[in-house]
Amino acid sequence: MNHYLWPALLILISVVVGLIRILRGPTPADRMLAAQLFGTGGVAILLILAQAMQMPSLVDVALIYALLAAVTMVVFVRRQWGNHENERKMKDESL
Amino acid sequence: MSLFDLLGTFMLLSAIPFFWGGSLGLLRFPDIYTRLHALTKADNLGLGLVVAGSILMSKEWTVAVKLLLIWLAVLVASTISCYLIANAARKRRINPWKIP
Repeated sequence: MNHYLWPALLILISVVVGLIRILRGPTPADRMLAAQLFGTGGVAILLILAQAMQMPSLVDVALIYALLAAVTMVVFVRRQWGNHENERKMKDESL
Repeated sequence: MSLFDLLGTFMLLSAIPFFWGGSLGLLRFPDIYTRLHALTKADNLGLGLVVAGSILMSKEWTVAVKLLLIWLAVLVASTISCYLIANAARKRRINPWKIP
């Protein structure tokens, strides 16, 4: 077994442990934070794997991962969790 | 094994405690504002160490520039999402945790 794979495995374990927050989180934002943890940890794992397995294309995959993590969070806050005021306004108008 | 490989391996290994600290903080901290700290600070420092180790071990300078860009992208993403989530939580009147 390639000895660069051990750090990747340890980081993967820490990310999986962090996913317990998805089960417990009181608000949807706490659950999304666990998803963001998976984004950062996934980028780190992919970079280590690119080094360990001599596959430079995995660096591009990590770049896509990093860009998508930003989009995910912005979409979540804008469309799902952030428009508290808008919901109330729409309810008032419909009444 | 050259000196750069040795230094890079050391940086990869020293990144692991930061990731464990981030996960532990996400599980143990009491409210969403404190959990944002664990994610946006500890994890990004761990990722920075991984990127620095990979840069030391990379053979071409184009790969090194790409790795730096990845780290910058993750930093910008986590900064923006940290602000957005904290602002949305404040608008929902979620009170910050106080010592009981």
